[in-house]
Formats: sequence, structure tokens, C-alpha cells
Amino acid sequence: MSETNSSAIETIGEADDLVLPRRSFFARAGQATLSASAVMLLAGCASGGYSKSADAASAESDVRILNTALGAEQEAVAAYQVGAESGLLSSDVLKVAVQFQGHHKEHADLLAKTVAQLGGQAVEPLARYDLPVDKLKTQADVLQFAAGLEKGAVSAYLGAVPLFGNRDLAKAAASILGDEAMHWAVLRGALGMDPVPVAFVS
Amino acid sequence: MRLSACLVLLCLALPATADDLPKGDPARGEVIYDRCLACHSLTRNRTGPKHCGLLGRPAGSVDGFDYSPALRESGIVWDVAALEAFLADPLAVVPETTMGYDGVKDARERADLIAFLAAATPDSPLCR
Repeated sequence: MSETNSSAIETIGEADDLVLPRRSFFARAGQATLSASAVMLLAGCASGGYSKSADAASAESDVRILNTALGAEQEAVAAYQVGAESGLLSSDVLKVAVQFQGHHKEHADLLAKTVAQLGGQAVEPLARYDLPVDKLKTQADVLQFAAGLEKGAVSAYLGAVPLFGNRDLAKAAASILGDEAMHWAVLRGALGMDPVPVAFVS
Repeated sequence: MRLSACLVLLCLALPATADDLPKGDPARGEVIYDRCLACHSLTRNRTGPKHCGLLGRPAGSVDGFDYSPALRESGIVWDVAALEAFLADPLAVVPETTMGYDGVKDARERADLIAFLAAATPDSPLCR
């Protein structure tokens, strides 16, 4: 990567083979995130996004999709909390983890409000999440775990976008997808992997 | 019921065997399974149920997981043919499932994913 130079590459944490081009990835991690208020505006259109014929059944289906996404976002918040409290993260990585957790909180808030706006009942966060804490021994383990969740989130939103009856919701979901993809790329970069390995996500 | 749903259900009712479907590669399927990781795990119930031991299991039967009524009452048993149909278009097979996912549209990818899931038996290394 052109922005990477020897002074910007550091080996961190307990993972000897983890090469982190830290300045390249983390210094910019907060600069390209999507405006939550802009997405909120999209969701503000949600209740008016159904044609009369499309209706209640379509809204109910959309609520189910949104609630599933909400549940996954709530788990992501919990997962980043585990990572942040693990004591395994360097200060720079911790900063980014907290930032990404904040994004997931924003996604969850938006999804919950949209479900309510559509007349649904938003799912509540679980009292306890079954996370693979015993397998997180190094900073690289935490980053790998988070990267897997983010990649999965990209795929999940990609699979949800075509299903929405309300195109405003599809657009909002695509916006969140973009944010998850940026997380995934940053985490891959932090792991010394190609941050953008493919032209198309799936 | 929509025509597409009827067709999928008809396919489910046919005596499809593994010989009717592409032979999958579990190694490639493991990569495809990455797409499921926002909600699923082999060994843990998350937003979706765990997948160890999925093949041959009745839908909605994992202890401790809160399924949608639609899936719990679907009568599906997760054999190869049922997985093939469901993974291609989950909402066509179980319209009110909470798995709001468009599906794995490529037959080769579905076969690989099913091969990976089939390899994840409870006593396999994948599930320890």
C-alpha cells in the first residue's frame, strides 16, 4: 500500500507476526464514516415508504429484517466491549475499537427507532452474549474475531438490501453496509492482510 | 401463496437425493460460511442458532434458541435437499422466518456451503 512506509509499520501486542500499518489505517479510521444524521433522515421516510397495496405485510416483513439486524448490532456492541475490556489492545487499537463500537451503537439506535416507527417492537439486547472469550488470547485474536463479525455484517446487509419492501430502508441498510465494510477493511489492514481483497463483496 | 414459494415447496417435497445436487467442497464452503458470521456460529447460539449437527436436525430444535414460530412450525428437517432450497431463497421457503437474507444464489456455492455444514457434525473438530 502506497501510504505504508517503514516508519509507519509496527509490530504490536503479543502477536509477533502481526504487522500493523497503524498510521495508515487508524489515523484515518474516523474520517470517512457516514453521517448518522443523514441515515436518520432516510429512516424518517420509513413510514411513508409503502404504497397502499404494499401494506402491512410488507412493513411486517421489513420489521422482521430490521429486528434481526438490530440483534446482530447489539451483539457487535457487546463483542467490542469484550475486546475493549480484554486488556489485549494497544491504546491506538483500543481507540479504534471504541469508535467502531460507537458506530454499531448508532446503527442499533437507528434500527430500533425505525422498528418503532413502523409499529413494531424492537428486540432488546440480551442479558448475556455467548462470545468466544476463551479463544481471545492476543490482540490479533481480537482483531480477527472482530474482522469476522464485520465481514459477516457486510454479507448480512447485502443479503437484506434486496428484501426490503421500503426502498428507503434498503438505502439505509446499504449505508450501514458501507460502514461495516470500512470496519472490515481497517481490521484486515491492522492484521497485515490486504484490506480490500476483492472487487465485490458477497 | 406466491408461485415461487409453491415451486420451492414442491421441490422440497420431491425425493431429491444428494446425487441430484452438485458435489460440494467443504473447504470452499468454510469460506462461504464467513457470510453467515454476523448471525451464526457453528458452536454458539447467537442472533441465529448454532450449526453444529445441523444436517438431519428438525428445524427449530436447538435447545435454548428462540426461533420464529414460522420456522419452528415449518416441519422441515434439514437434509441436503431442504438446505438446498432454503439457502437458495429462505423467505420463499419460510416466508416469516426472521432470517432476512436473500439467499446464496449460486448452486456451486450452496453445494460447498452444505458440504461444510454437513462436515460440522457434533463430534467433528469443527465443533469442539
